[in-house]
Order: sequence, then C-alpha cells, then structure tokens
Amino acid sequence: MVAVPAQDDLRRVLDDDGRVLPGARVPDVSDEYLRRIFDVMSLVRIMDDRMMRLQRQGRLGFYMKAIGEEASHFAVAPLRAGDWVYPSYREQGAWFWRGYTIKDFINQLFGNVADPVKGRQMPVHHSANWLNLVSISSPVGTQIPQAVGSAYAAKLMGKDDVSMVFFGEGTSSTGEFHVGMNFAGVWKAPCVFICRNNGWAISVPSQKQTAARTFASKAVGYGMPGIRVDGNDILAMLQVAGEAIDRARAGDGPTLIEALTYRVQGHSSSDDPSVYRDPKEPELWEKRDPLNRMRTYLRHRGLWNEAWERELTERYNQEITDALVAADHLGAPAIETMFDDVYEDIPWHLQEQKAWLLQQARTRSPHFHG
Amino acid sequence: MPVMNIIQAVNDALRLQMRAEPKTVVLGEDVGKFGGVFRATSGLHEEFGAERVIDTPLAEAGIIGTAIGMALYGLRPVPEIQFSDFIYPAFDQIVNELAKFRYRSGGQYPCPVVIRTPVGGGIRGGHYHSQSPETLFIHTPGLKVVAPSNPYDTKGLLLSCLRQNDPVLFMEPKRIYRASKNEVPEGDYTLEIGKLNVVRPGTQVTLIAWSGMVSIAEEAAIKADAAGISVEVLDLRSLMPFDIVGILASVTKTGRVVIVHEAPRTCGFGAELIASIQERAMEHLEAPISRVCGFDTPFPYTLEHEYMPNADRVLGAIRQTLEW
Repeated sequence: MVAVPAQDDLRRVLDDDGRVLPGARVPDVSDEYLRRIFDVMSLVRIMDDRMMRLQRQGRLGFYMKAIGEEASHFAVAPLRAGDWVYPSYREQGAWFWRGYTIKDFINQLFGNVADPVKGRQMPVHHSANWLNLVSISSPVGTQIPQAVGSAYAAKLMGKDDVSMVFFGEGTSSTGEFHVGMNFAGVWKAPCVFICRNNGWAISVPSQKQTAARTFASKAVGYGMPGIRVDGNDILAMLQVAGEAIDRARAGDGPTLIEALTYRVQGHSSSDDPSVYRDPKEPELWEKRDPLNRMRTYLRHRGLWNEAWERELTERYNQEITDALVAADHLGAPAIETMFDDVYEDIPWHLQEQKAWLLQQARTRSPHFHG
Repeated sequence: MPVMNIIQAVNDALRLQMRAEPKTVVLGEDVGKFGGVFRATSGLHEEFGAERVIDTPLAEAGIIGTAIGMALYGLRPVPEIQFSDFIYPAFDQIVNELAKFRYRSGGQYPCPVVIRTPVGGGIRGGHYHSQSPETLFIHTPGLKVVAPSNPYDTKGLLLSCLRQNDPVLFMEPKRIYRASKNEVPEGDYTLEIGKLNVVRPGTQVTLIAWSGMVSIAEEAAIKADAAGISVEVLDLRSLMPFDIVGILASVTKTGRVVIVHEAPRTCGFGAELIASIQERAMEHLEAPISRVCGFDTPFPYTLEHEYMPNADRVLGAIRQTLEW
C-alpha cells in the first residue's frame, strides 16, 4: 500500500471536501473560467467512462483513463495559446482545454481516415500542431528533453513562449528526466515540469521509484524550485502552475511541480490492479476526487447547479455518440498513405515498395474497428 | 580555388549556412570556444556567439532530445556527437523520436535535425573511438544517412542536408579529416543527396565504397590498373537513400562487384547492396558479389590495422571475382 505521502510542504487551497482552507489564497480567476474548467474536466470523466466501455465491448483496441487525476491536467490552463505542451499519455484534459475536439479524439482512437495522425499510432497517441500539443510517445520521458529544447529555442529566438511537459513519477527514474531537468537548469529554459505523482507506475508503487522524501525535492539538484501541490485541488493546481509559468516567461527559469494525485483505476485497459494493490487504497482517494471537490467549491461560490451539470453531461454524451457514429462510417486511411511522411518526399525504395503493395490482393486489417 | 581538408569543409559549410539562415544553431560537447575536439566548429563561437554555438551539458540523449524540441519549435539545429561510438545514449531519441516525428504525427511535425558525427577507425582509438554504425541508422525508417569521403563532397552534401526537411545522420570520416584534401569552391554549392559519384571509371569490376573506405578503394584500383585490371570506383556519398540507378549503370557494364566497408560484415550495408543488385541485375552478373569488410568482432585497439580493410585485401577480392 502507498504510504500516506508527506503533507507538510504540500500547497493546498481546498480541503478534501472542496472548502477553502483557512488562510488560503484563492487564485484570481473569473467565474466563467472556473465553469469552463469544470466543463472540460467533466468531459474527461465522461469520455473516459464511455471509451473504457467501448474498449470492454471490443470496439476499441486500447484505452487509458485519467479518473481521479483530472485536476492535474489543468496546469495548462494558465498557458497562452502560443505556449507549447508536451503531454504524457494521461492528460486528456490538456487536449480538450486547448481545443482538441471530441471528433479529433475519437477519430484518433479509431485510427480512421480522419485521425489527425492518419492511423499511424495506437489509441491515445494524439498530436495537434495547430494547438502546439506535441505527439505523445510511449517510451516514458523522451518528451522531457524535447520540451526543454522547445523552451530554449523560444528563448534563443527572442520569444516569450513557455513549454510545459507532463510525466508520471515513475518517469523520474529515467535518464531522460535527469538529462532534461539538468539541461533546463543550466540553460534557465522557460520550461515547467509537471510530475503527476499518481502513486503507481503500472504495478510498482512510488516508493520503489525513489528514496527521496518527495519527487519535488529532486529539483534542488538541478538548481530550480520544486513545488509540491495537491494535484486533486484545482485551485492549488492553477495557482502553482500559474506562478511557474509566470516565472518562466519572466526569464527566471524552470520549475518542477509534483502534483500529488492518485491513479484510482488501472494503468490502462490491459491492466488489473487487483493483482498488486489493496482495493481499500483507491477508496481512500475517491474521497479526494478532484471533480467532486471542484463541484463543491463551485456550489459554495454559487457557480454550480444540478441542471447545468445535467445539461453538459447530456450534451457531451450526445456529442460522443455522434462522433462515434461518424467514426464508424469513416474508413481506414488509404493503403498508399502508409508510405507518406516517412520523409518529406517518397524516396525510390519506398516508391518501389508502395507499388508492390498496391499490386497485392487486398486484405482487411483485423485491428481496424472503423 | 582554395584547397581544404574535411574539417575545413565542414566548418565552411556550417559558417555559410549560419550566415544565410539565422535559425541554424550548432550544439554539442565542446563545440563552443574550443571549436570541437576535432575543431570542426572552430571560430563559429566567435562569429555567431554562445546562443548559436551552444556548449551543452555532457549527455548525448540531452543533445539530441533538446535538438528535437528546437527543431519542432522552428530552429535548424545541427548537433555534434563527438564520436559516433558515443551516440548510443541518444539511440532512442534518434530512432524512436527524431526519425519518426513526421510519420507518427501524421505529417504535422517535421523534425529537420542534422546530426554530425565522426566515424571510422585507424586513429588508435579502440572500441570507443572507431566504430562505423551506419547500418543501425540506415535500418531506421525516417532517417537519411550521408557519408562523404572528401572535402568537396563534404561541403556540398552538408549544405544540402542543412537545407532539406528530413533528419539526417551526417557521418564524417575522422581518419582522413585532415589527410584528405582537394579543391573546394569558396562560395555556395550543393550536391544532391542520394546520388553516387564515379570516382574512377573502369570496365571490368565495380568497386563500391563510402566514407573512409573510398580512398582505400581508389588505392586498390590503382594497383589493379598496374596489373592490367580496369576497376570502376563508386563513392556512394549517400547511404539512405542510396543511388540504385548509378550502381546498376556500373554493374550492368562490368558484371562484377566488390563492396568495401569498415563496419562488421554480418548485416553490414554491403549485404543490402548485394541483395538489391542481384534482384535487379542477376542476368548481368558474371561472378558472386564479394565483400571486404570489418570483422564481426568489436573494434580492436592494437590490431586495428588487421581489422580494417586495406588496398591489398581489396585487390585480392578484385582478382578473385575476375577468376571466378
């Protein structure tokens, strides 16, 4: 079982029930902004539930839920549109917040002709250059030095864009984490590192990833601030991320943020947590559910009512249904597109292979669900 | 026309491109004030400053990883890996990330990074300063692999690489970095990537080489000529893509082929060339295609000259293919 994480240096604004803690400073954001965040956070919850059911029905090859971790995705909310985001594979909220549509999302999962990545990658490996959201990679941590490169490039080109990169606590064990943090520190790159500490890297608990007391403390070795925040507290997330982004944009360098949260369900649709963890552990964390806490807070602030949430739930469910129906009618990408985008132009050997493939008898991919 | 060595040609190409294209930046270990351990970036720091000639922390995965992010954002990074033997910490970044960014993003994220790295043995460098790892990268869809053999080609090919939009591994033959000299135009010129060069025309045997082995092949061809054998020497210049048309033009003329490479024999690029030639020109072949290669051992230190192909071994292979 995951030990109760140290609380003493944890930044919080809301208590576990969603009430503002005594003496806590509430970030200065508009009512409308908070309602939009709740709206998108709800979409993530609804989407995850629908897609996992679809996966269980055999209509989707693979899926990864973010249930219980959604508030941490909104570290992107204080970013500008021109800033860059390098997500890991569990930040659906970051995609929807920046404008990735339900259709884009579902078409990517299906790998159909309308998939923004042209059916080249398995589900949840999105990419959206029009939103400065960089392609998701399965090997963990590769995106960390890349984000630092983009951040430093902005600085070199005299722009004030910031890069933000997401990864799990397990990824802090990789060489790429060290390399990326170190380069960022030395270069004073305008980069914000979001370590989602959700307690588990598939079946391995966070205590087996580090002997350090906290993941945030690793920042010391790289000459940057390390902040721990309650990752299930949307207001604290917005506050801490906003401060780090401002700091980066002002030229004061990178920040590591450890967002303390919890992976309430399995790593992916292929996982079975009952094999390796006590079922009581997720129950403890369900009491700190970020969506419930935000709902309570909004209700106290007079920004939430049942009719509104019912309306948005129905609306999103309908949009998802519509997107699924549309996706069902969209075919696979044309066979010859397999050879596009390997290089800018198709070299002779790929032209030859393409011509050969097109002469073969056609088969239908058993993996295509469209 | 000035005479340059390969180091000077690299330096000249980088300087020209950095003057013409402000987004071009150089990064790597010791590339700044020191100008690189082989001095290929000498003087660039003075001219373009620390922001465009970047001394990085000592980590290859970081050099390539950050170069990728720079390229995605809009710069034209030219990372240097000090010795190709040190490239493996960056292998995942190169193979899974750099080479695939365009493809896996559905064409949304081209990633024009040109990695320069010295290759090859013969410098008393042992296992960690002598390898020729081209096959690993030729076998990686999405990468171009370019391997010049002399200063003129180096400058023209490097300028071409810096002006196209695919990631490239640009392999420089370090043994002859300074020994190889020829006339190099002062101004701007480019050579087409994917086209070979007929270094020496001939009629009886086609000898295929690249990088540091081209001079060995030429030496063997001169010896063969003295023995009354006419050898055509092809310098591939570019390994991915490689010039199948140019190769077949020669092979259909000679009917006999010898391939020389420094890298280990098994699954070396020679094997792919043999397969590609026999698939397309079987009826023209008079003898089995033979290879003179490095051995399937790690690169040795004391015995490096026993390991590396030399002109006599190549001449032996030329004679054998003629006698078959």
